[in-house]
Amino acid sequence: MTEVTYLEAIRQAMWEEMERDPRVILLGEDVGLYGGAFKVTAGFLEKFGKDRVIDTPISEEGYTGVAIGAAFNGLRPIVEFQFIDFIANAFNMITNFAAKSRYRWGAGVPIVMRGPSGGGVRAGPFHSQNPEMHFVHTPGIKVVAPATVADARGLLKAAIRDEDPVLYLEHKKLYRHVKASSAELESREEIVPIGKAIVRRRGENIVVVTYSAMLYVALEAAEILAKEGIELEVIDLRSLVPLDKECILESVRRVNKVMILHEDTRTGGMAGEIAAIVADEAFDDLDGPIVRVTAPDTPVPYAAALEDAFIPRAEDVVRAARRLAAY
Amino acid sequence: MIDVIMPQMGESIAEGTVTKWHKKVGDRVERDEPLFEISTDKVDTEIPSPASGILSEIRVGEGQTVPINTVVAVIGEKVAEARTEAPRQAPPSRPPAPPPPPPPPAATSERGPRSSPLVRKMAREHEIDLLRVSGSGQGGRVTKQDVVKHLESRRAPASAPAAQMPRAAAAAAPAAPAVAATLPGRVEIAPMSAMRKSIAEHMILSRRTSAHVTTVFEADVSRIVQARESLKRTFEKEEGVKLTYTPFFIRAVTSALKSFPALNASIEGDKILYRKDYNIGVAVALEGGLIVPVVHHADEKSFLGLARAVSDLGERARGKKLKPEEVQGGTFTLTNPGPYGSLFGTPIINQPQVAILGVGGIHKRPVVVNDAIAVRSMVYLALSFDHRLVDGALADQFMADVKRRLEGWDEKIL
Repeated sequence: MTEVTYLEAIRQAMWEEMERDPRVILLGEDVGLYGGAFKVTAGFLEKFGKDRVIDTPISEEGYTGVAIGAAFNGLRPIVEFQFIDFIANAFNMITNFAAKSRYRWGAGVPIVMRGPSGGGVRAGPFHSQNPEMHFVHTPGIKVVAPATVADARGLLKAAIRDEDPVLYLEHKKLYRHVKASSAELESREEIVPIGKAIVRRRGENIVVVTYSAMLYVALEAAEILAKEGIELEVIDLRSLVPLDKECILESVRRVNKVMILHEDTRTGGMAGEIAAIVADEAFDDLDGPIVRVTAPDTPVPYAAALEDAFIPRAEDVVRAARRLAAY
Repeated sequence: MIDVIMPQMGESIAEGTVTKWHKKVGDRVERDEPLFEISTDKVDTEIPSPASGILSEIRVGEGQTVPINTVVAVIGEKVAEARTEAPRQAPPSRPPAPPPPPPPPAATSERGPRSSPLVRKMAREHEIDLLRVSGSGQGGRVTKQDVVKHLESRRAPASAPAAQMPRAAAAAAPAAPAVAATLPGRVEIAPMSAMRKSIAEHMILSRRTSAHVTTVFEADVSRIVQARESLKRTFEKEEGVKLTYTPFFIRAVTSALKSFPALNASIEGDKILYRKDYNIGVAVALEGGLIVPVVHHADEKSFLGLARAVSDLGERARGKKLKPEEVQGGTFTLTNPGPYGSLFGTPIINQPQVAILGVGGIHKRPVVVNDAIAVRSMVYLALSFDHRLVDGALADQFMADVKRRLEGWDEKIL
């Protein structure tokens, strides 16, 4: 039985979608000849040819604009950012054109913007960021962040088939660390719908809402806490926009205490938004404060010890959960 | 960053109340400088700062009661920027200084106990008066679990299926307190004090832990009575110390323990820990409970030193002024069931020790001395020991040694 990594799942999803639909094309720096900085697109140029696998100059705004134009003309481009940090260079194209096109002209922009996000691999402040909130805050863009191999495949396929722009955040630390057997992968639905969260662990004391690589931190903390009699329920959001409010609220109404965990920095993070939704819509079901466990408001440090302290760890979740459980 | 925690104020104390902060957030504090004051049912005391730095965060406000080892403050380099939780102060109607004795009950205010939106909703739905629900959360907060348990105890007599909260109900089902509220007839329900709870827990723990056996000896303490009678006035006048019988018994017991190390020991798993310190606990009755201050290194003290320590600890125990270390570390305990006329009791061992000596009242009795009937001051001594470690023969040899030392008393006490 072969094992499929998170990275391989992304590769497979693109490969299969490009085989299935000739309108799907791929653009980005080094995606063709070099096969991608992380080798996600190795072999694509040979298979699909240079009309569909396009090496671009180092100009994020330029090739994102090209992709939007191609989408207006009937193609379904996948844009790869070598590191998602540099999506900042394409901010104007994404937020002012891609995001508003359907609203202004009724013209959907079916592009997928994908790239490696997140820290924990000693890559420093320009290659470790989590830029989701710039785009979560912009109406008109869907944002997904898979944590598992099956979701990496299923959400990417859903994104490619979507009629609107989707930001697909792949966590670089998960690329080769998260694996699934090919048999297990085949048993899963091919498409994972955008906008559906999933409960990864059931528990009755505290709901931890999280996404992407932090799922594994939450699950590790849940194992530790279970030995103390504190049972965490762990929700993997999978999609940040649209947000599966019902899944969160259903758990909060049952469990009554909630913690939001993310690797992104604290102020203006997803946790604050979810906390506000819970306070608005489930205030009467709260038996304790809404707790956030996040990175602090600083750039991602390069020094190993500092990066370790920056990214939330299981022990941070455990400490916060003990306090919340005792509240 | 250094966490400041609620210290354990005695071996069976579970919680403490912050009564006063000596420093404000942002103040500089030096290591060992008094940082805050706490009160438990056993001890009121000042707690020194564990480190030097800036008091960057106060997490437990004045008047709040929290479990031991709860972080009450943080000392760091600067004031915490992102405080996740604002310190909760006692109701503002009470001036922060001087420290209000006694501290206000943390859990309740004019509006009822601290709870949560969920708990208030449940209270509305089930028509519960939250003042009747005892809170187990932080600072006595009434939690969801507390309400679920309360509902269980309310439902129990009707044996109605707990349809609304099946899972929580199952968890709460074996809890004993449910019974109390269902006793027939007229009942007044009062909450247990923290001291009462900890005594209750400790006594049951001890009964469950040790194989208790009690042996009773009779000793002729006429020489001690005589020594005390002849010297107690001088003692009080010259040393300012009220001379009781306790230091005599501590002296005899400590000397005997040196010959019988198994009585001055503890059991830990499958290991025996022979304690090399002779720290003798002396039970002191308080209103609504008791406390056992410890005379540390009793074997190294002069008789006067012993007498002074006993009198000082007893006084401060009654004034709730003991320091935490003064109720910890005992290796053997003395208790005194005598004052109200009891001949002897069968005391419960003070864990993790293995023996406790109960000293009955000293009474004059006719006894046979050299085939003649004489009037002597007699006392019954009841030793409860842990049969896991100490066998009857050894316990009796120890007691014979104590008896011999009491009867043959010849130490100059002044």
